[in-house]
Amino acid sequence: MSVIIQDLTKMYGEQYAVHAISFEAPKGKVTGFLGPNGAGKSTTMKMAVGYVQPTSGSIALDGVSVTDNSLKVKKLTGYLPEHNPLYLDMYVREFLRFIGGAYDIKGSKLNSRVEEMIETVGLQRERKKKIGALSKGYRQRVGLAQALIHNPSVLVLDEPTTGLDPNQILEIREVIKNISADKTVILSTHIMQEVEAICDKVVIIDKGQIVADDKLSLLKEGMNEANGIIITFENEIEISLFEGQGFKVKPYGDNAYLIESDRDDLRAELLKITSEYDLPLVSLTKAQKSLEEIFHRLTQNQKR
Amino acid sequence: MISIFLKEINEFLDSLIAYVVIGVFLVGIGLLMWVFPDTNVLDYGYASMEPVFSLGPYVFMFLIPAITMKSFAEEKRNGTLELLYTLPFKEIDVILGKFFAGYFLVFFSIVPTLVYYFSLSQLGNPAGNLDTPGIMGSYIGLLLLGGVFTSVGILASALTGNQIVSFILSAFLSFLLYAGFDSIAAIDVWSGWSYFISDLGIMAHYSSMSKGLVDLLDVAYFVGMITIILMLTKLILGFKK
Repeated sequence: MSVIIQDLTKMYGEQYAVHAISFEAPKGKVTGFLGPNGAGKSTTMKMAVGYVQPTSGSIALDGVSVTDNSLKVKKLTGYLPEHNPLYLDMYVREFLRFIGGAYDIKGSKLNSRVEEMIETVGLQRERKKKIGALSKGYRQRVGLAQALIHNPSVLVLDEPTTGLDPNQILEIREVIKNISADKTVILSTHIMQEVEAICDKVVIIDKGQIVADDKLSLLKEGMNEANGIIITFENEIEISLFEGQGFKVKPYGDNAYLIESDRDDLRAELLKITSEYDLPLVSLTKAQKSLEEIFHRLTQNQKR
Repeated sequence: MISIFLKEINEFLDSLIAYVVIGVFLVGIGLLMWVFPDTNVLDYGYASMEPVFSLGPYVFMFLIPAITMKSFAEEKRNGTLELLYTLPFKEIDVILGKFFAGYFLVFFSIVPTLVYYFSLSQLGNPAGNLDTPGIMGSYIGLLLLGGVFTSVGILASALTGNQIVSFILSAFLSFLLYAGFDSIAAIDVWSGWSYFISDLGIMAHYSSMSKGLVDLLDVAYFVGMITIILMLTKLILGFKK
């Protein structure tokens, strides 16, 4: 079930929180939703789950409009809000039973589903506690269990790993990855490694507008200014060997050099030179910008 | 609606609110009815439940806002309203669930006072000599009035994210609805209109019921009032989205 967002706009007073954004979150993929604080990520997600009414534009789940058919959409969607609001006076199971009941899961099915969720998110040891007595990481798991209990087709997670310790982050990522196979997942985060670890597609938003929307690999490739190769040798070499052939060479760490050129067959050319002079080649990789740099550039450019 | 209702009831039972509200109401009404010299029926000399029904509304004016003040205000402050609204509940289900949960407590704080009826009927001379239809009418009136106060409390709670503001607002609005219209009507400027103005308030309808005359129009007034106030709550919650 894919989520298609078209010309979505939300205004608070005179201010645009989200300004005419359009993107698609395809089925079976994890779509990473990135942006600086206050860029409109949470607002977009709130609109996608029908909590906030858009000023204009549309959001559709397989053609079913969120605004016109919000009850139907809510049944198909699981949502983990940003600050993970929970009823702190409830017990873990009581809370999950309440949420399950809201989705019309009843009787023994509800019991088995609650147990299954407790297992999935790793709450076995905490199952009998009050939510208020749980640490932040475990509360986050309760929030995730809540979003998953009705086996939704679309999962919207607003910063699911904030405040977790590194082990918990890995575990939660694993959970998200495992369940994402047959679901549409939209996930917002500040952590770039997270995007690289679990997202198939990245949408970057800044000041309410989309600045990038692509597959992760394509996005990285597209951001490389010139055709660059990082070449590493076993020991130091004469830079002039390459410079003589019309390449731009910059040192890039221990015995490594960034070589740039407009030529298409850069890699072959370099191999030719190395074999000609019998240089002790260790590795040859395409220069890629890290997602962090991409993010920084895209969202910084707009500031002025 | 049922699951919201059950959740709210559980919350009341877990958090002592239920016990405190029912306990305070019964102790207060019990003292007024049997002990305090100005109001007790033993000195009064008539087998009547008058103190329960004339002072009950004023006790409710403080207790019901205490029950309802957190219903929406706390959910807003904790952000759980977002959770509730993204679950497949209709807005009206959430409101009704909360309303009936509050009303349930009100109902169960009134029920034990039925014991007074039997005590009084034994005190009558001869035993059993008391105005049963009047008391029945008053009970129905008190229950309906409790419903209006509960809906006012829910409305006030939807208006703000602050429980104290919600409490004061709903106590004030309840007072205004109960006695306010009557007092306003008493100001000597309305001439012919004063009857209609007092008819807008709860007191006019409540006192006619406590005579044992359960008029369908009075019942319709209470039910209509509850409906209007709850619809207004829905409007406000929808508007704030």
